[in-house]
Amino acid sequence: MSVGAPRGLASSGQKPITEILHPLSAAEEPLSPGPDVTIRVGGEKDLGLTNGTPVESSSPSSASFNRLQLDDDSEADARDPYASTETRDLFVTVDDPKKHVSTMETYITYRVSTKTTRIEFDLPEYCVRRRYQDFDWLRMKLEDSQPTHLIPPLPEKFVMKGVVDRFSEEFVETRMKALDKFLKRVADHPVLSFNPHLNAFLSAKDLNKRQGLALLSKVGESVKQVAGGYKLRARPLEFCAMGEYLDTFTQKLGTIDRIAQRILKEQSEYLTELREYGTVYSSWAGSEEELQRPLEGVAGCVTTCCGAMEDLSENMSQDFLPVLREYVLYIESMKNVLRKRDQSQAEYEGRLEAAILRKQEDRTPMPVEVEKCQDKVECFNADLKADWERWQGNKRQDFKQLLTGMADKNINYYEKCQAAWESLITLLQDKQTEDKSSDTN
Amino acid sequence: MRRVAAPPAVHCLSSADSSVQVIMADSGSSEEVAVIGNTDITSTESENNLINTMVERGSALLRKMEISVAEAEKRTGKNTVNMQETYTVYLIEVRPAETVPDGGTPAAPDTLWRRYSEFELLRTYLLVTYPYVIVPPLPEKRAEFVWHKLSADNLDPDFVERRRVGLENFLLRVASHPVLSNDEIFFLFLTEEKGWREAVLETGFQDKVDSRLKSLNATFRVKNPDKRFTALKQYSDELNTVISQLLRVRARVADRLYGVYKVHGNYGRVFSEWSAIEKEMGDGLQSAGHHMDTYAASIDDILEEEEHYADQLKEYLYYTDAVRSVCKKHELMQYELEMACQDLAYKKQQKEELVSGTVRVFSLKGMTSKLFGQESPEQRESRLAALDENIQEGEEAVLAKNSECKEFVRTAWGDIERFKEQKDRDLREALISFAIMQIGMCKKGIQVWSNAKECFNKM
Repeated sequence: MSVGAPRGLASSGQKPITEILHPLSAAEEPLSPGPDVTIRVGGEKDLGLTNGTPVESSSPSSASFNRLQLDDDSEADARDPYASTETRDLFVTVDDPKKHVSTMETYITYRVSTKTTRIEFDLPEYCVRRRYQDFDWLRMKLEDSQPTHLIPPLPEKFVMKGVVDRFSEEFVETRMKALDKFLKRVADHPVLSFNPHLNAFLSAKDLNKRQGLALLSKVGESVKQVAGGYKLRARPLEFCAMGEYLDTFTQKLGTIDRIAQRILKEQSEYLTELREYGTVYSSWAGSEEELQRPLEGVAGCVTTCCGAMEDLSENMSQDFLPVLREYVLYIESMKNVLRKRDQSQAEYEGRLEAAILRKQEDRTPMPVEVEKCQDKVECFNADLKADWERWQGNKRQDFKQLLTGMADKNINYYEKCQAAWESLITLLQDKQTEDKSSDTN
Repeated sequence: MRRVAAPPAVHCLSSADSSVQVIMADSGSSEEVAVIGNTDITSTESENNLINTMVERGSALLRKMEISVAEAEKRTGKNTVNMQETYTVYLIEVRPAETVPDGGTPAAPDTLWRRYSEFELLRTYLLVTYPYVIVPPLPEKRAEFVWHKLSADNLDPDFVERRRVGLENFLLRVASHPVLSNDEIFFLFLTEEKGWREAVLETGFQDKVDSRLKSLNATFRVKNPDKRFTALKQYSDELNTVISQLLRVRARVADRLYGVYKVHGNYGRVFSEWSAIEKEMGDGLQSAGHHMDTYAASIDDILEEEEHYADQLKEYLYYTDAVRSVCKKHELMQYELEMACQDLAYKKQQKEELVSGTVRVFSLKGMTSKLFGQESPEQRESRLAALDENIQEGEEAVLAKNSECKEFVRTAWGDIERFKEQKDRDLREALISFAIMQIGMCKKGIQVWSNAKECFNKM
């Protein structure tokens, strides 16, 4: 059963662009919830696909639906910015890291769970184990088969063996969260989520990567075969703007990364001094009588503050920095797609020019290849524009979440410290009134 | 020079005295030669004796007048070697402490200007004149335990301001001390600008400075140290060490905290730059950036306030020097007493030998008489008489020294108990105010980050 507009690989390139309804186009054909989504709790509104800016859904049913559907970590869902915005029939989660030791190598696998109602999948649920290599394979395949789309990034592949412990809890946890995000972004994408490679990734028992599933992507192949030597005449303004935006944005992200790292460094040094500060109060308490308890109280508060600071720093390095870095990678791959678009346009322009010259000479009609090129370019542009809007919207959500998270963690830190000091004051002042009353007795 | 007439209670040496007897280690005699070491006055007893008098006396001066160090000013002038120098003077204001009727104007204060060196002179005078009192310390001469932002320059306005507060604190401490507040020279310090220096010098206190220095620096050994004083000296040394450590670490903590806050200011700038390329996110980012700037700037006030806490700790750090000096004076006094007793015992022994004819103590006379024959009865007689006179003098010396010592112990211990209570009270207050400061800092932090969060939410 199809749901509204055709959801296959839309950018097939065979029909002129004007006749293909782009799945991301908003106004023309709102996607109505078809029969395969009646399992939903009533009241679920189809918010449609807007021009990319996700509307924060206040409808409780969608949220409760998510919780009904999945047994997953509800926290992960609550944090998922895409959770309540679009009609979803594909849910993926990455969790449960496990270490595998074999004679050849040691590596980590993650459990990839899928729940779906799509007909493209044979079963409604899947549970497979995948390692980083597999994710990398998937991404490569997506890039190859959907070159006109923005593919979300993966966490960094290589880690310096001496510097980072690949099997430490923190590293694995950070990586897993990034892989989960990657997969969710792909699953949410109206085009990418239908990619057969994704299907295989989610469902196949063994990913036979070497075989390479023979797939349809004609556009993909042809775009890849862009002949070199074509020079781009005039890049449309909007793509220029995109490129400029990405350049500046990546720069700013780099700065923010550096600032965050600097803060972490300062915090760590602060923590070292603060710990010593606490021990001095403790040792002072040892030589006092009346002041022993107050001084030990102060030492205790300082220790509590140390713990709170540790938590804050850990949070920043585990949750904040990785997301920044992920976006930098995302932007890198986006710039690549923009370059490919440029190449595609250049090829079209080149062929067109050649064809026009020949036409003038011997009056042959416009060759089919030139038309094909034109279609390719126009599809590419349309895909890119739609994906761009979508990306902007997601980016806004992601950063909103990231920064409010950072603010929250800082507030949390101060709250913990404040509570500690306030309880100390009650202790100290109680003692005071206690003494005063005993004096007057 | 006016001494405080402490309530008289000179203990006469008597065999009925229940004080501890001390065996002179080398003489073998168990004669009751001196009373040194732990006296039998319990601390609660002396406390009760003195507390009442202290409360009365202590506030006598303060009941009459309000004292403050109101201002500081820079002056330039020629110093003793005729060179130009810049120094700071502080304005001392004294006004009668009477309630002002409604609608009435308070009486104009008497004012005079003093520089730091005059405060130092006053303090030296007090130290020498009241050796048994823990004299309140002056604020530091040079900025110590600084963290990087604070200037170590004596003419820096922040330093001068904190010194002004410290000097006022010093005057109030002296004015509320049961003994020191009654001193005439102190009174003149507050009221006589011109003639004060001469008045101090006229007291002749400088003669005593030498003996005080001797007590602080000498390395004599007391045979039977007073355990209480030993314990006190040890405690004072420990306190000195631990507060120094605390102040040093605190300065480092302040430095680091400053760094953490200031780096956040960079977020302000980058958020502003970033907001320029954003559409919907722009406003939220921009305003959040402003809050980050506010956060970074807030550390200056926070650390400024914390300096006050550091100053409170410093006062007690310097107090330990005063405590130590009292212990050392006592030690010297005890040493002198022991020497006097030893001297007396020696003389008595000499007499005994002369009387019994045995030579236990080597003396040239004894040797020569052995070698060259006995002396005549007349010679012997005169020698005995001389010895008796010496012994008499010696006994009187011991008596005087002993009573001086006991008096010192009594008055010193009274002040020590007062000081201990004051210290416990003051330091607890300081810790409470420190905790309150920390809470204030947390509240500010929560406020700023909540504001920033709101801006982020609007992105």
